[in-house]
Formats: sequence, structure tokens, C-alpha cells
Amino acid sequence: MQWEIVIGLEVHTQLSTQSKIFSGASIAFGAAPNSEACAVDLALPGVLPVLNRGAVERAIKLGLAVGGKINPLSIFARKNYFYPDLPKGYQISQYELPVIEGGSVKIQVGRDGNEQEKTIRLTRAHLEEDAGKSLHEDFHGMTGIDLNRAGTPLLEIVSEPDLRSSAEAVAYAKTLHSLVRWIGICDGNMQEGSFRCDANISVRPHGSDRLGTRCEIKNLNSFRFLEKAIDYEARRQIEILEDGGTIHQQTRLYDSDRDETRAMRSKEDAQDYRYFPDPDLLPLEITESWIAEIQGSLPELPQRMRERLERDYGLSGYDATTLTADREIAEYYEAVVDKLPSDPKLCANWVMGEIFSYLNNEGKFFDSCPLSPLQLAQLLMRIKDGTISGKIAKEVLRQMWLQASSAKVDVSTWKSRDSRFDENLADRIIESQGLKQISDSGELEKLIDEVVAANSKSVEEFKAGKEKAFNSLVGQVMKAAKGKANPAQVNDILRKKLLE
Amino acid sequence: MLLSLDDVKRVANLARIEVSEDEAHTTLAQLSGIFGLIEQMQAVNTSAVKPMSHAQDVMQRLREDVVTEIDQREMFQSIAPQVEMGLYLVPKVIE
Repeated sequence: MQWEIVIGLEVHTQLSTQSKIFSGASIAFGAAPNSEACAVDLALPGVLPVLNRGAVERAIKLGLAVGGKINPLSIFARKNYFYPDLPKGYQISQYELPVIEGGSVKIQVGRDGNEQEKTIRLTRAHLEEDAGKSLHEDFHGMTGIDLNRAGTPLLEIVSEPDLRSSAEAVAYAKTLHSLVRWIGICDGNMQEGSFRCDANISVRPHGSDRLGTRCEIKNLNSFRFLEKAIDYEARRQIEILEDGGTIHQQTRLYDSDRDETRAMRSKEDAQDYRYFPDPDLLPLEITESWIAEIQGSLPELPQRMRERLERDYGLSGYDATTLTADREIAEYYEAVVDKLPSDPKLCANWVMGEIFSYLNNEGKFFDSCPLSPLQLAQLLMRIKDGTISGKIAKEVLRQMWLQASSAKVDVSTWKSRDSRFDENLADRIIESQGLKQISDSGELEKLIDEVVAANSKSVEEFKAGKEKAFNSLVGQVMKAAKGKANPAQVNDILRKKLLE
Repeated sequence: MLLSLDDVKRVANLARIEVSEDEAHTTLAQLSGIFGLIEQMQAVNTSAVKPMSHAQDVMQRLREDVVTEIDQREMFQSIAPQVEMGLYLVPKVIE
């Protein structure tokens, strides 16, 4: 039988605030255990939660970015369960009236000329607090509790079951990951747990419109694990069904060492969270004017920018998607085009090609690129004005990279302190290494004469009508000029000479 | 709605409250009384009344996003039964 996999994702994004969602304690990562757990986070008697404006602002940003409904009134609820890293005995979350409802995210699926856009609907996004951390090792049979993370603001973004494969789930998660970083509500650091996914997975016979029984895989903190966990879980469910069995609704964990999922707890026991409105918190009011104010502060969204790059710069869908995958790439690219507006395609090729691979090799990101957009643009201008060829430009870039990397400029600041980057780096290297193209036609003619004299066979062949022989002669001239000749100019002179 | 003795025990278990057989029976009677009151209230026509989530008709006040707390771990941990390396120690829980 043909099976269809149905996936919905719940993504927990940690909001990039300074302080916790209901207390004034810091959320900085990596602090000494419990040094950032205040009386509210510890649930000492008599404390009350006070909601962080910054967390709400970030939720509104997401609502605007996904075109969701921002509820004018939303309600906080208590989700009750017992675990030592949850000192209150309940997590403050939102249940009946979340801050955001609906909205959608567009993802690119398929590859190799088969790309398609698919719209994934969102169910909701709600604000909640994170729990603390339990450490089960090394405490002579006891469990150690660190409550630094307790009360960290989270926005849980829930999708509809619109995803049909692990590849689509990963594309969606990546798109969302890029979006939350783009609008500056989450740092997206997956190692530190700032962005984690729960996947709800079920399978059904192809063509059926009824959903199968689902299992939820908790806490997937990398795109690779998300993909592998879904693949494993779908296979597991299909095997059970094909053997005539039934799926039990369960929460499962993915074990990356064994590449399998296993049951964590059954939904039926202890999963009754007995939600009710938290009497410690009043309804959250979001006014039209507040939304308008935040709308005004939002950057151009990646989807919009992608369309603009295709429309205004004539870039392909692939190029536009790559350049908007990440806000740092996009900003860098835009800054290069700003200096060289006449050729956005050339800028795109170099940003996605050379710069990208240099950064990749060194494990760096665009915001810490040792070369500023202006420096790159200066180099590209020298290609445009015929000073150097594209091939030589790669060599110049290599040297620029070396020099800039060793100059130890505070590279995290190319955005704010462009003046600290040597603007004439490309020109200096071209000059000092004598890499300028031979523009003196007398010198070039001399070279060409030598090549023509030394390759009489090719010359004969060309005169007999073989165009290929011409290309080989051009190649010889370029070689003799050590790449410093302008190919178009060589073409012209050579053809003229041969036809004389 | 009719509450059973099993419901009472289940809720007690979820809330981690230990109840004896006698207490379960007493609690059942008390909770059933409360449920009776709720049933009475539910008989009232409230179609024209806006639902509210809080007894006070005011909105949530918001805090500016600034760190205002200092590290008071030592003081907080002075009343904890057991601590080690800055961690609170609790009986082992493994899921």
C-alpha cells in the first residue's frame, strides 16, 4: 500500500529578551547554576509574575511576519504537572486565547529545476515560560536542579498538519528559523536550545482524508535529527500498520546514537494538564496602535525581499532564495550592490561563490566577514572597468582575504565601522603585484605576433575554417600574458591579424 | 455532572495529594456539593454576558525588559534541604 506521511511541527523559540518572561532575572546563557534564578523563578511563597513587554513585542513581530491574527486580548493559563525543574507545579502558558492565531509560512520544496512553493498554515503561536534543567548524573542517586532556564520566555509556534515528508518538515523548520532570526526575536542558536522542535507524525493510506493516530517526538534540536527522527518514526508506524497492528498515541524521544525513537510516556497517563486561567495574571491587551508601532519597526521580510531581488535585480529564483536565506547574507549582499548598482548579478555571483566558500572554510558567518562589502565592490569594479579579468580577480580576492584576516580588524563591525577597512585594498594588491591587464595594445600585439608565429598549425586550421583553432590561439595568448590580457581585446586583435 | 470516587482519586494523584479511602469519600461528597452549585449557575442564561478570565475587569500591566534581579543564590539555598555545586538536589526522577 502507498502511505502518506502527515506532519505538524511545534517549534519552541526562545525569545531574545534580556530578562525572563515573568521576572527581572537575566536569561544570559552559561551562567553558574541557579545564579539567575530569582524568588519568582523559584516559586517562593508570595511572589507574583509580571509580564515582560519585550516578550510580547517579539510575539507581535512574529504575528505580523506570518500574517497571523494578533489577538487584542489573550489569556495566560496554568498547565499543571509535577516535575522538580518546574517549582510552581505548573507552567504558565496560553491555552484558550493565544497571542497569535493563524498565519502561514511559505517554503520552497523540491530541487533541481523542480522547485515549488508550498504554503504551510500556522495554527497558533503562544507565549509561555521555559522550565529549569534536571541533571541526572553524578549526584549519588539524587537529581541536580538548575533553575536558570526557568522562566525564560518562549514563543511556541504550532503548524497545521500540512507537511508531507521529512524534507518538507526540514524546509519549514529552516524557513521559520531564518524568519525568527531575520525579525530579531530569537538568536536561533540550536546548540543552546534556543530553537527546538516537537514533531507530530502520523501515516495514512494515500488518498485518505482521515488523519491517522499520531505520535509526538519531543525535543529535536537539529535539522538533521528532525529529518532522521521523522523518517524512522514514519517507517515504524507503517510497519506496525502493515503487520495489522494499531498505533498508540504516545510521546516519544529520538535517540540519535541509535537512530530510533522510543516511547517516553503514553498520552493517557498523567497527561491531563488541567489547564485553567492563571489568576495571577490579567488578560493581555494588545492595542492597534502598539501593533502599528511594531509594524513600522519591522525590516523588509525575506519573502518580500526575494521577490524584489528577482524583479528589480533580475536574479534567478535560486539566487534570490540563497541570498535571503539569512539576514546577514542579505544585508551584506545589499551593501555590495549599493556600491556597485550597475551589476547586481556579478555581486550575487561573488557573494554566493567566493565569499561564501571562504567564510564556510573558516566557519565564519557574514556578520564577521573580514572583507567589507565596499572592499568587495572595489574589486568587482576592477573587473567591470577591464583592469583585471575575473580569473585574476579571484587571485586578488585570495590575497585580500589573507591580508584582511591578518589585519585583525574587529570584524564584527563592518556594518558600523566601514572606515576601519582599507578601502583601496584591491587596488593596492593589483598595483603591487602587477596584476593589471595589459591594456597597451602595442604590447599585446607583440605577444599575439609571437603566438601566431609559434603556432602555425593552428593558424592554418583556422584559415581552413576551424573556429576551434581560434579558441586555442586565444588560450595561448592568455597563457603568454599570464592571464593579464583582456580576452575580448585579444579576440579582436587576433582575428584582425589572422584575416589580414 | 456526576463525580465518581475514581475521579477523585485520579485528580488527587495528579495533584500529588495523598488521600485515604475515608478522605476520598469525604472529598467526593464535598466536591459533588460544589459541582451542584456549578450546575445551578450553568442553568442561568448567560448568552448576553461576555466571558471573562479574571474576576477583575482590568488589563495586565507590563514590565520593561530590563534585568532587575541580582544573584541571591546563597540566601535562597540556605533553606534548601540539600545543595551541591550550586544545584538543588532532589530525589532522583527519571522519565
